[in-house]
Amino acid sequence: MARAVPADPLDGEALAKSIENRWALTMVGLVALLVAMVIFTGLHWATMPPSRVETINPTTLHVSGEFVESNLGSAVEADGSVTVRIIGQQYSFTPQCIVVPSRTPVTFRVTSADVIHGMLITGTNINSMVSPGYVSTFKTRFEKPGDHLMPCHEFCGTGHEGMWANVKVVEPDAFARLVGPTRRASCDL
Amino acid sequence: MIYNKRLILAHFWLAFAVFGMAILLGEWQMFIRSPLSGWLRNADLYYRSVTAHGTVMGYVFPTLVAMGFGYFISEAALGQPLIGRKWAWAGYFMIIIGTIAAVVPVAMGLDSVLYTFYPPMIGNAFYYIGVVLVVVGSWVWVALMGVNLYVWKRAHPGASVPLAMFANVAGAYLWGWTAVGAALELLFQILPVALGFATTINAGLSRVLFSWTLHAIVYFWLMPAYIAFYTIVPRAIGGRLYSDSMARISFALFLVFAMPIGIHHLFADPEVGAGFKVVHSIFTAMVAVPTLLTVFTICASVEIAARLRGGKGLFGWVKALPWANPQMLTLALSFVMLGFGGAGGLINMSYQLDSTIHNTQWVTGHFHLIFGGAIVIMYFALAYDLWPHLTGRALLNLRLVHWQLWLWFIGMIVLTFPWHYAGLLGMPRRMAFYDYTAPGMFAEGVSVVMSTIGGALLVVSAALFITVLVRNHSAARVDPEPFTFSRAVHEPVSLPWALNGLGLWLGLMIALTITNYGFPIVQLMMTPEGRVPPVFVGGKP
Repeated sequence: MARAVPADPLDGEALAKSIENRWALTMVGLVALLVAMVIFTGLHWATMPPSRVETINPTTLHVSGEFVESNLGSAVEADGSVTVRIIGQQYSFTPQCIVVPSRTPVTFRVTSADVIHGMLITGTNINSMVSPGYVSTFKTRFEKPGDHLMPCHEFCGTGHEGMWANVKVVEPDAFARLVGPTRRASCDL
Repeated sequence: MIYNKRLILAHFWLAFAVFGMAILLGEWQMFIRSPLSGWLRNADLYYRSVTAHGTVMGYVFPTLVAMGFGYFISEAALGQPLIGRKWAWAGYFMIIIGTIAAVVPVAMGLDSVLYTFYPPMIGNAFYYIGVVLVVVGSWVWVALMGVNLYVWKRAHPGASVPLAMFANVAGAYLWGWTAVGAALELLFQILPVALGFATTINAGLSRVLFSWTLHAIVYFWLMPAYIAFYTIVPRAIGGRLYSDSMARISFALFLVFAMPIGIHHLFADPEVGAGFKVVHSIFTAMVAVPTLLTVFTICASVEIAARLRGGKGLFGWVKALPWANPQMLTLALSFVMLGFGGAGGLINMSYQLDSTIHNTQWVTGHFHLIFGGAIVIMYFALAYDLWPHLTGRALLNLRLVHWQLWLWFIGMIVLTFPWHYAGLLGMPRRMAFYDYTAPGMFAEGVSVVMSTIGGALLVVSAALFITVLVRNHSAARVDPEPFTFSRAVHEPVSLPWALNGLGLWLGLMIALTITNYGFPIVQLMMTPEGRVPPVFVGGKP
């Protein structure tokens, strides 16, 4: 297949290739833009999923350490922020009702006592796996008071469908009245 | 010339038979947890059903389609009888034995662990052994595809490998390598515990190993559909393939980028660091490139067909397309579902947007739309195209074929769009029942009812599909013209070596897997604190 003039505008094959290359470059550019958005939002808003690879022994959670029963639920830190500690086990969360203040930085620390669980809080972007042997840590902030559901979203056994907790977001001053001198709070359904 | 019609038909028929059974389970699951049904007293029945549905639809059905189609391509494209026919039958029977070994304990309630295994939950060992047998059976096919291509290349030095075979072997090698992750998880993590040799298991490491398989398996499911896009549809509608080399580049890119991205399934997991999550997110974006290239090449090929038929104008040519041809219709329906599903996929892969929908019904909707929709409808189309060549009988009932394809499309949209919506409301996956009376859950109930109706349409469509194929076996004998694949507008005269073999791409695939998975796997292997006690389901063995 000899080509008389290399830059012949009627050379169908060369034309087809150049159109194709233009499309390919546009698509690579499009994907690069998406990646740039992901990186920008990740750095700019520090939106990061739980990623600390922090381990914990699930067989001694109830005996010692920060996940003993008296330390679960919401705790007020010295800087005024709130840390919520939760254990997932077949087939419930402890505590079953979580109360947090609105407009306050909240850190969740969650782990499992047995199998893989998950948690999400409806109406928010809070969403994490809950794995035995590892602690999931993530920071958030609730803007408005209100009630949310918190289902386990990973299959964890025959009772999985019953594993729902509740989250109540209350005004900061109402929360301050709830915590009292122990600086700990959870709620009743 | 097709030499081993029985072998190929056996694969397809087994695939469609197990598909027909598993789709009934899927619809039962939809119904039983919808507000149309009361609460299921024995919730475990639901989880047994989900385990069986996922195992069959995820592992057995698409693997058999890829294998049957692969043997067909090898003979039709290379023009040589399949080398290793006995091995192929051995692989086939391994899959049958593996499927039975896996499904029986699931039905007995000994393995309600779902097809994603979820250690530290541990079920009866027979389920895992069955899945391993299915994978090993399919590895026989992987090896045979490699051998057949190698022998052909030795006999045809310098000749261009036919595009269909190039893509087929790319799919085979992709599967061979991606299945290694789940195999490592089963052999070194789960089975030692299930058989009683170990007393702890690293759940985090198991999840990372499974993610190695979990995403690239989707591209293995997708390969037969893409091969049909490139090598069957343009020929069937009377057109030409726009570009042979771009097609090869797309398949090579799938081989390279499908693998090192699986950790995007673990964005919300605590056992993987942020750095590798970002890396996998970026590579996931790149795997969109071959699909975007494919959309261009196939649309351009379709336009060529339309213009050859006298189509005119910037968009007016669309009217000149052979819409009565089932291949044309299927391609269009598949692309619509691929578009919506792909857009959803781009949301899932973005590190931040994922947290809104991770593990909700959105994800179930997403992969049913992509796999059950865009891919499986192409499995139907390729069966319709291949069947007369396999049975030597006419495929009649074009009206029925049209009904079947439209019903599948409408059913899939009605099933998956409400599913996506329920996910945005925060509805979790895989629950045997929901309390629709709880505040805020009414809207979810409505969407589940809609999905149940969509699922019913899919069951009807599946029944029509099987009816069309069964009736073909007693239709009038015909002498179909020799099977051909699409020809490119500009047939390759001589290909660069990189596009005439898979060596370079296999090397890149393995290298990228090591760079993207090596550190997380080694880090977790060196984290003994991550080992936790197993939790046995269905009674300790």
